[in-house]
Amino acid sequence: MNTFTRFVGVIIFVFSALAAAVDPEVTLTIRNHRFEPSELRVPAGKKIKVVIDNQDATAEEFESHALNREKVVPGNSRVPVFIGPLKPGRYPFEGEYNAKTAKGVVIAE
Amino acid sequence: MLGSAVIVFRESLEAALLVGIVAAASRTIIGRARWIAGGVLAGAVGAVLVALCASRIAILFEGMGQELFNAGVLAIAVVMLAWHQIWMSAHSKELASGAHKIATEVRDGGRELSAVFIVIALAVLREGSETVLFLYGLLSGGGTSTGALVAGGLAGLLGGAVLGILLYAGMLRIPLRWFFSVISVLILLLAAGMASKMTQLLVQADVLPGSLSPLWDTSSVLPGDSAIGILMHALVGYEPRPAGMQVASYALTVAIILAGMWLVRRPASTKN
Repeated sequence: MNTFTRFVGVIIFVFSALAAAVDPEVTLTIRNHRFEPSELRVPAGKKIKVVIDNQDATAEEFESHALNREKVVPGNSRVPVFIGPLKPGRYPFEGEYNAKTAKGVVIAE
Repeated sequence: MLGSAVIVFRESLEAALLVGIVAAASRTIIGRARWIAGGVLAGAVGAVLVALCASRIAILFEGMGQELFNAGVLAIAVVMLAWHQIWMSAHSKELASGAHKIATEVRDGGRELSAVFIVIALAVLREGSETVLFLYGLLSGGGTSTGALVAGGLAGLLGGAVLGILLYAGMLRIPLRWFFSVISVLILLLAAGMASKMTQLLVQADVLPGSLSPLWDTSSVLPGDSAIGILMHALVGYEPRPAGMQVASYALTVAIILAGMWLVRRPASTKN
């Protein structure tokens, strides 16, 4: 178990080190159950690291059928999620726990 | 209230369908009810614990703790389902005829039930922890009254449970000579769907490459958020826009389980 954890840790470290070196990074903030910016422009054809910064006290679930992504972001936390490489286009996403207000779209161009 | 009902329903649906299938699959094993109920209970307790630690889990591994945790949970579930499947295949004759009173059978049955327990507990844990986080957020947000929230949550949970029970009851109506074949196909695809979900999480965490994503797009034919899309996702791992790696892991899981079933069936048939 311990070796396994370390093994996984090393893999993650290597991959994230590679990722940090190459992948463009954008920040998506959640405040008052809304995404800022609600339009996230990213380059097409590249893997993107989206850092979700949840400034609300409550958890939110970042969900996008178009991006095939789903991730719970605990309250007052910053967590990354990798998306793409994407074809040019619009990819809507929402905060499932507050779907009325938490809406946005990734625009790959 | 409606919002909380819908979300709890969606989160509980997958676990409920899985419990329905596993309960039907283990119908001939004595003492299964206690293990199934125990699995649901253990999973529920685990879900609350995971929800309480959510922030701490999330920041592990550079913020990929949640993906790796859930991928690990899914990996164990896939192994358990594969084992269950291969065990059923080795005992298909006894299961179908209902003759399973031999001493070794009982011992195997015990191990089989612990697999049932683990698979159910893990499914409830994974879906349940998200439900707990959501409900906790609503409670502390103060927008909805506690009564309406609890009512909505219970209504959603009830809806999921009803579908699980309907699936279970429907499967029990299948004539016994086809029953284990149907169950077998269902569990095979359920396991493959879980492997695909696990792979999706590893792509999302950037552990596996996201190339060839999506491999195809059937979202205009069967959207992932339609009723049938959600049901097919829960049952056979349907994805309208799967990553290339997901399709590969799905196919690989099916191939490995089928190979395992074939291998255990051969010596069994020559022995008898």
